[in-house]
Amino acid sequence: MEKKEKAILFFKSDTEFGSYGSTLRYKSVERIKAIGKHTLLGASGEISDFQEILRYLDELILYDNMWDDGNSLGPKEIHNYLNRVMYNRRNKFNPLWNSLVIGGVKNGQKYLGMVGMIGTHFEDNHVATGFGNHLARPIFRDEWSEDMTFEEAVRLLEKCLRVLLYRDRSAINKFQIAKITDEGVTISQPYSLKTFWGFSAFKNPSKGAEGSW
Amino acid sequence: MFRNQYDTDVTTWSPAGWLFQVDYAMEAVKQGSAAIGLRSATHVALATVNKAASELSSHQKKVFKVDDHIGVAIAGLTADGLVLSLFLRSECINHAFVYESPLPVSRLPPPASSSTLPTRPSYERPRMLFHSKTVGNDNLVCTQRSWKRPYGVGLLVAGLDETGAHLYYNCPSGNYFEYQAFAIGSRSQAAKTYLERRFEAFNSNSREELIKDALFAIKETLQGEKLTSASCTVAVVGIREPFHVIDQKTIQEVIDSMDVREEAAADQGAVHEDKSSEEAPMDI
Repeated sequence: MEKKEKAILFFKSDTEFGSYGSTLRYKSVERIKAIGKHTLLGASGEISDFQEILRYLDELILYDNMWDDGNSLGPKEIHNYLNRVMYNRRNKFNPLWNSLVIGGVKNGQKYLGMVGMIGTHFEDNHVATGFGNHLARPIFRDEWSEDMTFEEAVRLLEKCLRVLLYRDRSAINKFQIAKITDEGVTISQPYSLKTFWGFSAFKNPSKGAEGSW
Repeated sequence: MFRNQYDTDVTTWSPAGWLFQVDYAMEAVKQGSAAIGLRSATHVALATVNKAASELSSHQKKVFKVDDHIGVAIAGLTADGLVLSLFLRSECINHAFVYESPLPVSRLPPPASSSTLPTRPSYERPRMLFHSKTVGNDNLVCTQRSWKRPYGVGLLVAGLDETGAHLYYNCPSGNYFEYQAFAIGSRSQAAKTYLERRFEAFNSNSREELIKDALFAIKETLQGEKLTSASCTVAVVGIREPFHVIDQKTIQEVIDSMDVREEAAADQGAVHEDKSSEEAPMDI
């Protein structure tokens, strides 16, 4: 999920993504990528489709750079471009099965938006994909504010991720956080959050019903 | 220019290294009525001389809005100019549709002239084979296909984007350059002389000063004919100001204030002359 604050944008995702059906198969797949100088793209859904999207964007950024004229595509342009791609694929009944989050900062203006696999798109101060929409966004709505500091933003993101980690069965405790400002992009190394599982109810799971699990 | 054996089609070189058809196309631009453009750091102004085919007809349209932030002035074959302007409009709209943001101005002249620059990724390039949708390709391609002819029109492209104010001149040969100020069409040399004298100050001009300079330059091309708001068209584009043609009433007011200033300067000159005649030279 992602959040805006001041002139900085945050992305956070767990690096598990290579699911194989319901098996959490590949545990080190990076789902956040930098696009050009101004944009970050995060995706959930079908990894191969995400890789295809990255190829499209590679070519787009290449042509943008080849102009060599001082202009560059910013997050708003990338968002709209991806919206066109997703919507057109949906119209052909051959969608790219992803939920995409696009964020970035250009000339001090920050931008955060989302595009779904059927071409639904919008901009907001905080967005999320999948379960994040149900578990994280309500927390954002309560606790996000325009003038959060960097540390507060990270804490808020980690809080949401912890909730997701506890409650989403297809999440793993390995996260990356990406930050983008006018100076550039940094994507952190994967790290874990501290969790607590020592609840008494977990100690003897079949206490109330012998033979069950 | 005289007819010779190398000027029948555009794909024939002359022994001296000319493509005569291209030169003839540029001549068409020189015969058109004048158009000038000048830019400051925040605004670009275009001005053209209105010429009517006869007293009964209306004058030719020479200034076209291409997008909210870009406009062009043409000189030469108006029909060709219209076709190019429509193409430029579609380029801008296509960009805005895909990217939800205005086309950077520097990316407009190349499509209007050359076939060699990469304009878009492969899956975006239009698949029309028989007539180039990218006029871009046109100006240059028109000089490289024997069944085509060059566009007989010069374009002054004025626009604003996040890198600032820009003025480009697109030539029928396929060349294009960026300018601080430029003039094309008949008697444009007079305007160019005026602009060359004054261009260093243009970057810091205010919007009003820019428009005044544009009108002064147009006045130079009229060579004594009276400048009125009916005989010229002025358009401006600036930061937070979409491209638009300025209405006649406002232009007439600017022209009137220019005349007042000139008359005042002339009076002052007359007074000084009197004084100096009184102070007779000391030498005998």
